[in-house]
Amino acid sequence: MANTLFDKIWDAHVVTDIKGGPSQLYIDRHYCHEVTSPQAFDGLRTRGLKVFRPERTICSPDHNIPTVNQDKPIVDEVSRNQVETLLRNASEFGLTLFGLGHPKNGIIHVIGPENGLTLPGYTIVCGDSHTSTHGAFGAVAFGIGTSEVEMVLASQCILQPKPKTMRITVNGKLKPGVTAKDIALYIIAKMTTGGATGYFVEYAGDAIKALSMEERMTVCNLSIEMGARGGLIAPDETTFEYVRTREYAPKGEQWDKAVAYWRTLYSGDDAVFDREVLFDAADIEPRLTYGTNPGMGIGITETIPEPPADETAKASYMKSLEYMGFEVGQSLIGTPVDYVFLGSCTNGRIEDFRAFAGYVKGKHKAPGITAWLVPGSWAVRKQIEAEGLDKVLNEAGFELRQPGCSACLAMNDDKVPAGKLAVSTSNRNFEGRQGPGARTILAGPLVAAAAAVSGVITDPRK
Amino acid sequence: MKEKFSVVTSRCVPLNIENVDTDQIIPARFLKATSKKGFGQNLFRDWRYDGEGNPKADFVLNDPTYGGCILVAGKNFGCGSSREHAAWAISDYGFRVVVSSFFADIHKNNELNNFVLPVVVSEQYLADLFECIYSDPSTEVTVDLAAQTITNLKNGHTATFDINPYKKHCLMEGVDDIEFLLSKRSDIERWEADRRDACK
Repeated sequence: MANTLFDKIWDAHVVTDIKGGPSQLYIDRHYCHEVTSPQAFDGLRTRGLKVFRPERTICSPDHNIPTVNQDKPIVDEVSRNQVETLLRNASEFGLTLFGLGHPKNGIIHVIGPENGLTLPGYTIVCGDSHTSTHGAFGAVAFGIGTSEVEMVLASQCILQPKPKTMRITVNGKLKPGVTAKDIALYIIAKMTTGGATGYFVEYAGDAIKALSMEERMTVCNLSIEMGARGGLIAPDETTFEYVRTREYAPKGEQWDKAVAYWRTLYSGDDAVFDREVLFDAADIEPRLTYGTNPGMGIGITETIPEPPADETAKASYMKSLEYMGFEVGQSLIGTPVDYVFLGSCTNGRIEDFRAFAGYVKGKHKAPGITAWLVPGSWAVRKQIEAEGLDKVLNEAGFELRQPGCSACLAMNDDKVPAGKLAVSTSNRNFEGRQGPGARTILAGPLVAAAAAVSGVITDPRK
Repeated sequence: MKEKFSVVTSRCVPLNIENVDTDQIIPARFLKATSKKGFGQNLFRDWRYDGEGNPKADFVLNDPTYGGCILVAGKNFGCGSSREHAAWAISDYGFRVVVSSFFADIHKNNELNNFVLPVVVSEQYLADLFECIYSDPSTEVTVDLAAQTITNLKNGHTATFDINPYKKHCLMEGVDDIEFLLSKRSDIERWEADRRDACK
């Protein structure tokens, strides 16, 4: 028997297994944003269907929305239409919507957890590959396509082949100045961008157990960047403590019952994984990417490695470096930076803003740096203000924007111009991801803060 | 009902680049549409056109030497974002088959759900196929879904490929998952009533 955390949750949600085919998997929570849902709702209308379990779907526009003047109509007509389409669909099909201007609006992967809509033991899907974020709670959470969004709306189920299991154990203690983002970027570089494809990953080990919920979300969020179907962490006291006071979390007797069940969600000593990988936390330093996929990363004191030997792989590698304007053997320290982006479903939570504000306190934004500081939700922004971090940021020459996905994928106006170099706390450094021709270095909030005040790539430990 | 998939014989479009992510297949700024139509014109937009919208001569889709409805791509095709718009763009452009040595999971599902067949071959087979296409762009390939074979008609090299029997059935019969799931609604209701875990 497999007896892994993943198997326990998956198996508890299989309505039926199709012979020689996928499993019919029941979905407890479905998150919905404006970009990947309109065609699914159209599909329902074409087939004359209602949403099967409307109470299990939560909608929030996040990808297209501006990060200034959210009280005014969206200027970009096509974006406005897509956001309004979500509004109309939610209303027509009777779904909960945290629309623009709603105090619960924000990036769907930020607001789900902070409202207690994400719970341990759940199966969670969304038409968004960073749905793996919710795995931090001990949930089986993964991204799906729009056809699958339609399936969930129509039947609360999807058909999925069961992935293989992998356990990534990180033991030991993190060094000072190393963040959860650095753990994830380190793992992805070691695994490569496609190295976990076909697997569902469980993160384990004392370095993972020591993380806060916010840090665990950062780690699980990036699982897709090594190709994994998802990533999860066994729920524990840290999880329960985070969930306990959230609005939609179970209360009273229901809470006790839920926690008793959640305590059974762990991989047994006899658990068998298809693959096991072990890392030592002490080997991790602040990380940077240098190429055009998140697997192309180095420690901040390292230099850009030699290309792979294989001819096709080498050509793809050199194409990446050419796009970035970097060379083999180069150190990135001291490289001039144009833009800094703090935010996204990867690093747009309160702890990321605390880290950034803590570093820039008493310093000042470097001239020539454009900085976009975008909280992941209105709740995060309120918390920033409650802690007075906005004042610290303002004194250091930074301004806080309004929540949304923003420059992570540049569907709104927050686009990095062609050729400019951005240090970004987001999740993807693909060509043109942050705007056509934009060049992206992925990093954690401390490296971003150090770049923002020095104007160049700087080791935040110095 | 969609068009049934059986045998495709065609020339190929070679894209010998690894880790092609879905942001390259269809950049985010083109995801604002609310229908599934028209994405083909922006397939590989930023590799295919310059900033002014002029075709880039060195990109394979702009090279009249190559054509056909089979795209042959380097390993780890379709990594990154889950956007099904990438599969819509590939299908809308006219591709019916994508051949690679390795596909990212979500994108592979998205292709299948849009009746585009992802064919996984060995790295050796892929390298051999690229070589054939580059040396003779008239090289044709036959993909036979029923037999689960791919044959390079230039040199006769044949390989088998995997597809789960359920998805094979869907493609060959032109039926989709939603029709199957809708037929299971009473089973789902029964399952909901019987479930014992605390997620109820």
